[in-house]
Amino acid sequence: MSVPAATAEPRWVRWLLIAVALGFLALNLALPLAAVFVEAFRKGVAAYVAAIRDPDALSALRLTLTVAAIAVPLNIVIGLAASWAIAKFDFRFKPFLVTLIDLPFSVSPVVSGLVYVLVFGMQGWFGEWLRDNDLQVIFAVPGLVLATIFITFPFVARELLPLMEEQGRDEEEAALSLGASGLSTFWHVTLPNVRWGLLYGVLLCNARAMGEFGAVSVVSGHIRGKTNTMPLHIEILYNEYNFAAAFAVASLLAGLALVTLVLKSALEWRFAGQLAGRGH
Amino acid sequence: MHHIIALAVAIVLAVPTLAAGAPVALLNASYDPTRELYKDINAGFAADWKARTGTDVVINQSHGGSGKQARSVIDGLEADVVTLALAYDIDEIARRGKLLPLNWQTRLPYNAAPYYSTIVFLVRKGNPKGIRDWDDLVKPGVKVITPNPKTSGGARWNFLAAWGYAQKKYGSPAAAQAYVTKLFRNVPVLDSGARGATVSFAERGLGDVLISWENEALLASRELGADRFEIVVPSVSIRAEPPVAVIDKVADRHGTRAVAEAYLRYLYTPAAQEIIARDGYRPRDRAVAARYANRFPDVQLFEIDRNFGGWQKAQARFFADGGIFDMIYTGE
Repeated sequence: MSVPAATAEPRWVRWLLIAVALGFLALNLALPLAAVFVEAFRKGVAAYVAAIRDPDALSALRLTLTVAAIAVPLNIVIGLAASWAIAKFDFRFKPFLVTLIDLPFSVSPVVSGLVYVLVFGMQGWFGEWLRDNDLQVIFAVPGLVLATIFITFPFVARELLPLMEEQGRDEEEAALSLGASGLSTFWHVTLPNVRWGLLYGVLLCNARAMGEFGAVSVVSGHIRGKTNTMPLHIEILYNEYNFAAAFAVASLLAGLALVTLVLKSALEWRFAGQLAGRGH
Repeated sequence: MHHIIALAVAIVLAVPTLAAGAPVALLNASYDPTRELYKDINAGFAADWKARTGTDVVINQSHGGSGKQARSVIDGLEADVVTLALAYDIDEIARRGKLLPLNWQTRLPYNAAPYYSTIVFLVRKGNPKGIRDWDDLVKPGVKVITPNPKTSGGARWNFLAAWGYAQKKYGSPAAAQAYVTKLFRNVPVLDSGARGATVSFAERGLGDVLISWENEALLASRELGADRFEIVVPSVSIRAEPPVAVIDKVADRHGTRAVAEAYLRYLYTPAAQEIIARDGYRPRDRAVAARYANRFPDVQLFEIDRNFGGWQKAQARFFADGGIFDMIYTGE
């Protein structure tokens, strides 16, 4: 590899650029994150523990984890299927499917929530039928799960698509010509080739599933101890002048995100060799 | 992969069972500033109900802007009772959702409003801008915080209180509109709810004066430090009546009508009226009101029904699309 031209810039330009980048990161990422933890402990450790052990906070934590535990695996399956179909096969509506996958990224979360209200709400298409059959979708857990699946759908597929397209079909075609079945080709050739991209997509998907606010806020109904996820609970606490508790729960949510990051780094470090060999 | 799917299925199946097996549960959909009030009321009612019937009752709460809550109930939020900021929002549930009869306001005393409040000013300690009455709000350089009347019930009361003052003082609707136009020129931000406006004023330090529910002003000065704020009671204001109602269709389907009705009737008992007064709302009970007289100064109050012809008319005239508020706010 030759030295990229960028590093041939004068020294002061390089330092300036690095300083700008670091300053921006410190101001916009590190400082707010630090503020969350400082505010969380402002009233002491006892207040922090009390805020976390509050039944409403625990129920919000449980609900957030439940929603993520349903939405993320479903998006893994659907994301894998969609990107596999797009990258490895030719069919007529391929560009349409690619656009559909991007839809949740381009639609405002409020709209994503509202469409479920329009479909499943009492004034919506299926509202009365659902009520007559004693089924609750919006303002209940299923609505939260649906909205979260919608919002986090592109993460896995978008991560896998470029990877699969770059890898092409040669290995799959070789496996098939050697007599492997389609499923076995998928398990032993395609999946191992994309496992790092998949992991990355899953982590991003999970982080967003736990942190989503807008769409979830629309379909939640905000019933304390029932349909409040952690982001919603944080807003409620803040609006109740309960700033220390709001930041305590926020720090827990930030902590969950940090754990995901650490997990990803640990895996990357542990499997560094395989990761380097990923591109062949 | 299989065990992940199995886990997901197990969780889906487990969710409904978590909700089952609970004691009788009511859902109360309420507006923003009542969070603290209903925390206390619910504890009182649960004890009272247990003593009278021997059964446990749990009251779940949902809070948000009054209009938004009404919309949620219409869209299927399964609230057994609603306790909202103004009658218009419950009218909407009756008219659009057809979930309770249109005459719901006649089913409980005092227009189904077990407590009332009024609109006052919250200013910073020492009242540096010398705010005494409504006219001081339109002076140049005074920044006024009030939420958006399109989404907030409290803001609609604020608007009507200002309008009522100007109409009384200057005599004509045109003069009132001129006054309110000047007032909204002094408003730098419109929050979507009363609580958001209070947080903007008190925590984020925006503005010189907050137009607010009296109960919200009392709570803010109690929670955030009486040494930081002062309450200014204007010469005239509006009688703000936040009404309550059982949502018949929901309660009947849940089989909770009896306990839902008892819950709302409990609000009129001396015990509940005491909680109401303590939390900063004006009680209906004379004896309780007498005990808290120094907390709630006498103000000349005009009424939504007598002075504005009721909420349906006020809504259409002031807050509907193309109404006077739109003219004032977009006309600048």
